[in-house]
Amino acid sequence: MAQTLAQKILQAHTDEAVEQDGQIVQCRVSMVLANDITGPLAIKSFYGMGAKKVFDRNKIALVMDHFTPQKDIDSANQVLISRKFAQEQGIVHYYGGGDCGVEHTLLPEQGLVGPGDLVIGADSHTCTYGGIGAFATGMGSTDIAAGMALGETWLKVPPTIRVNIRGNMPKWLRGKDLMLMLIGAIGVDGALYKALEFGGPVVDDLSVEGRLSMANMAIEAGGKVGLFAVDAKTRAYCAEHKRPGVLENMAADPGAHYDRVVEIDVTGKEPVVACPHIPSNVKPVSEVRNTAVQQVVIGSCTNGRISDMRDAAEILRGRKVDKNVRCIVLPSTPTVWKQCLKEGLIETFMEAGCIVGPCTCGPCLGGHMGILGDGERAVATTNRNFRGRMGSLNSEVYLASPLVAAATAVTGFVAGPDQL
Amino acid sequence: MNYKGKAHKVGEHIDTDAIIPARFLVTTDSKKLGENCMSGLEPDWAKRVKVGDIMVAGRNFGCGSSREHAPIAILGAGMPVVIGHSFARIFYRNSFNMGLLLMEVGDEVDKINDGDELEIDAATGVIRNLTNGEEITCPPLPASMAKILDKGGLVEYVKERIA
Repeated sequence: MAQTLAQKILQAHTDEAVEQDGQIVQCRVSMVLANDITGPLAIKSFYGMGAKKVFDRNKIALVMDHFTPQKDIDSANQVLISRKFAQEQGIVHYYGGGDCGVEHTLLPEQGLVGPGDLVIGADSHTCTYGGIGAFATGMGSTDIAAGMALGETWLKVPPTIRVNIRGNMPKWLRGKDLMLMLIGAIGVDGALYKALEFGGPVVDDLSVEGRLSMANMAIEAGGKVGLFAVDAKTRAYCAEHKRPGVLENMAADPGAHYDRVVEIDVTGKEPVVACPHIPSNVKPVSEVRNTAVQQVVIGSCTNGRISDMRDAAEILRGRKVDKNVRCIVLPSTPTVWKQCLKEGLIETFMEAGCIVGPCTCGPCLGGHMGILGDGERAVATTNRNFRGRMGSLNSEVYLASPLVAAATAVTGFVAGPDQL
Repeated sequence: MNYKGKAHKVGEHIDTDAIIPARFLVTTDSKKLGENCMSGLEPDWAKRVKVGDIMVAGRNFGCGSSREHAPIAILGAGMPVVIGHSFARIFYRNSFNMGLLLMEVGDEVDKINDGDELEIDAATGVIRNLTNGEEITCPPLPASMAKILDKGGLVEYVKERIA
């Protein structure tokens, strides 16, 4: 049977024959993930199930990234639960201090996830790893607890939507714009219960970091995974990031069955923003350019990688952040932070008047370090613009690429880089 | 199981941040989460709910985060069932794992108005609207979900497997 990428990877992790979409299969997992918010619930469920030992202490990652550095007593106490569990179980990949970063940047960077893996994580953006050809999907804490105990989980084989992206890629367009365009086209439940599989010349030319940033937002279209084929670029990325030995290219079989095919032509397109309060409310930057903002956030699991930092710095270099804007820059892992330092990007951000902060998810979810007050408006490189997501119920979040976010920080109004 | 209670209707694409905002995720206590249920939609929303009342939602209910705190908050507020047009994937799985019954009924959900008195027979999937006399039948659950729900959630289900 000709298989989609999703079917192919699931097949490699189950003893059952993957024969049709909708079929439920029991799969072995390669990595199980939880963070400081979802970990404590998973641990409670783990012991509640009567489990005593995790299935493999090398295949569990606990990353304390959401309220880090801990913002109050309750959030610090949540970390205590995870740390104690990690110590008791001998969990190898526990990150809670200076080695900690935003989980979905950290794991691929540390080679803890790779092509062909099956990853389950108690975080909806676990789908990020599809950028390097892993079947990775978000679940809740109790499913993750079962995964930690059994080393397996049940999965429904998802129908696949094939997304072909072609045309001449404009200079200021990034993976973020492509993904927002897709979500705008198919809606926030356009891929509900389904897999997204990306292809086409534009995707082939896209950097691995750009692919990770696209796969990250598959969940914003309701998707179960967002998958990219494994090519020479993926293999080079993995070899650079402690994951050598990925030798094979991997793609869907010719003639695989797709539920739907979506075509996107990027020729002549300008950068886009997702306007409040839903990620599908996508408009070209020029349509909202006179909108004043009070906060800009550059970072998160969507766009906190080194290429994102370079993009932001390119715009901010030699310029100043508008007096009415607080521009927060959060490189997403210690490795990204150090690289920024080495390349002089941190100095560029500071000279421009940005607040440069630690590797944290904080502002993205209205956790801490960048909360919006009543009536405030933000442009963020994060992934969700739900009402009240970043603070007050009367605030607004616009989602955009680091280029657009940085240009907005300079002008004080929603702006594309060509407006500077 | 039979349930009887008042319908509390909410709109389309209600996300998990609306169900339980991030600032409340520093606890796993169901009572505390329940008191703040739907406070991302409207502060003090949970105060109008009586134990046994039923949430009725539009398209894609529970989209967004994987936070299991969302179904825990709904249960904590006293609501054992959510009837919806459709549900987001992670929320769907989480709800059954937590023992919260979801009934996916598509456009039929429009036959229920805010404040209607509902009576549900979970075994047959029949939802009776006592206010306007309408009746909706929810398609049966996949066997695997029904098994988990029968055990009262995934914890008890796995417990048997481990023992």
